[in-house]
Amino acid sequence: MTARDRILRRLRSAGVEALPPPVLPAAFRVGGALPGEAPVDALRRNLEGAQAVVVDARAGDWRAELARICAARGVRSLLLPPGFALAPWPEGPALRRFDRPIEEFKTSLFEDTDAGLTVAGCAIADTGTLVHADPAGQPRTLSLVPPIHFCLLDPRRLHGSLADAIAAEGWAAPMPSNLVFVSGPSKTADIQQTLAYGAHGPKELYVLLAEAPAGPGE
Amino acid sequence: MQSALNFHRDARAVVGNPVLRAGFRGAMDFLMAKRAAQFPDEGAFAELRAAGEAIRRYSLARLPDLLEQLERNLTANGIRVHWAETPEEACALIIEITAKAGGKLVVKGKSMVSEEVELNHALAGAGIDALESDMGEYIVQLAGERPSHIIMPAIHKTKEEIARLFAEKVPGVDYTDSVDALIQIGRRVLRDKFRETKVGLSGVNVAVAETGTLCLVENEGNGRMCTTVPEVHVAITGIEKVVEKLAHVPPLMTLLTRSATGQAVTTYFNWISGPRRPGELDGPREVHLVLVDNGRSGAYADPRFRATLQCIRCGACMNHCPVYTRIGGHAYGTTYPGPIGKIISPHLLGLEATAPLVTASSLCGACGEVCPVKIPIPDLLIRLRQQSQGNAASPLIPGAGAGRKRLMATAMGLWSRLYGDPGLYRLFAWVATRFRFLAPSRQGAWTDSRAPLKPAARTLGERMADRR
Ligand code: SF4
Repeated sequence: MTARDRILRRLRSAGVEALPPPVLPAAFRVGGALPGEAPVDALRRNLEGAQAVVVDARAGDWRAELARICAARGVRSLLLPPGFALAPWPEGPALRRFDRPIEEFKTSLFEDTDAGLTVAGCAIADTGTLVHADPAGQPRTLSLVPPIHFCLLDPRRLHGSLADAIAAEGWAAPMPSNLVFVSGPSKTADIQQTLAYGAHGPKELYVLLAEAPAGPGE
Repeated sequence: MQSALNFHRDARAVVGNPVLRAGFRGAMDFLMAKRAAQFPDEGAFAELRAAGEAIRRYSLARLPDLLEQLERNLTANGIRVHWAETPEEACALIIEITAKAGGKLVVKGKSMVSEEVELNHALAGAGIDALESDMGEYIVQLAGERPSHIIMPAIHKTKEEIARLFAEKVPGVDYTDSVDALIQIGRRVLRDKFRETKVGLSGVNVAVAETGTLCLVENEGNGRMCTTVPEVHVAITGIEKVVEKLAHVPPLMTLLTRSATGQAVTTYFNWISGPRRPGELDGPREVHLVLVDNGRSGAYADPRFRATLQCIRCGACMNHCPVYTRIGGHAYGTTYPGPIGKIISPHLLGLEATAPLVTASSLCGACGEVCPVKIPIPDLLIRLRQQSQGNAASPLIPGAGAGRKRLMATAMGLWSRLYGDPGLYRLFAWVATRFRFLAPSRQGAWTDSRAPLKPAARTLGERMADRR
């Protein structure tokens, strides 16, 4: 008999009776997010509360905003998702694409990439959360390793709550290999409860709101 | 193996150390205030908490089925599932996985179960280095200590101590007590390790059976590093951490992060449902899950102690415990300190090793009130006290009667004879009131900080008779 069988047998022999399925509070049911604030305002408030910078570029050109922040923050190299076309890109940091397996450029990813750009698949208003659900199109480390993270978000892809997102996005069938939620820059309070940003992930997070940011190009 | 047998000595040492006391007090006040701010509305909290409890109880009632479903779906997703009955088995499995990957180093995200099974020690025995990457855990490991809190492991250290530690132990680092600078030092050291290591290890906050998904919440990003960058990711968790549906995750995780650190949401929420798939450019090539029993199935078989498996390891019971707040986590001598530690350690280690712990409570009930999944901690403590006195022996918790002391047992025996016999009681009361002048003015520990006890001049029975 294996460890597995013995553990399961012990659990079964306890003869625990089944219970009825739990009833979830309204806020955790689909469409149950509190009305009132416009979702995009809630998203912004929550993200800003977590020290992210939200730039609404819906009226203008998000590329110009991106270039402006890059210049202001001294970004020299910007890593883009595979196949992503950032054109026109008049001037600014050197652009590279995440177009090879990570093993082939780990050193440069870790050592000389100042910023990474991702396109969020959707977002959750009531927690200020950016969702990356497509590990093939948005490699996991793009939002993790470079010290500055830029995230493009189409505000029309906004859900009220996580429960809404789970129901609407159909992740469950089947789940992506990795679903990553980002709700701010990396942080820690492990030394005397003093908040410090950039613990292991990005120290800065910029969220650019833009309708239909240029999808994968070429 | 750790033991709580030096509890009284170790607790006294902390109580006499003003720096430690101030540190714990400050940290606990901070965590309590942050949590309170997240639950402004009693009614909403009650509703959410009831849901948290219902989800955990529902899941536990179906635990064997859910574990099988989880295994099936994880396997279908390409995650390899391993089962371990004991800490030794769990460590052996991880050593084997690491050796197969050709790894000499395991970089670890936060995992209390890995502490529970003493993984670092076992890895060292196999010639494999283990490196903690959660900032708090990294500090604690560098100092050669153990975590003193399950959420904030280095809560017992001041920034000056950490500054000295870094200056001494990290090559090329000068003394700085700027928290930002210290964190950046840790970041630099650990980044190189994330990049180099073949194997990353993590815990699991909750596993979803219907989809075969491992959920991890964190703020730092080290958990994502450990589960994303290395070729092999090994997750380790207790068998109780499973829920049935994705929809059960949001209420539990909200309760967890609000109760633990007073955050509505953590920076990262990482849902892992498989290794790197074709067409993906990063992520681990292999993902393993080690499911650890280590006494949990014993607690499960006991209808009262099954509730201990509801725990989502938020640490709120510690933060609100008047004992923990004063003595911190180390004195307990167990992996899980504070109220939760007192009720689960007996299953993990037996009552012999943990008998002093169940007495380390004022039974004020704060832990039971804040617990987001409504574990009746005070009731369970009373139950364990009875068992440790041998009064309610349970075959499921080894070491019944381990806390029994001859003197106390005799005193309690006399007491119960006296109270069980009206004639004897009246006689005793008469003698005690008439000879009250004999009551000593020094009464052991009692008079250290209190007035001596002296019987009244007349018995209650006599005074009641006067009234009639
Ligand atoms: S017993 Fe309750 S309060 Fe304590 S850690 Fe577990 S879930 Fe949190």
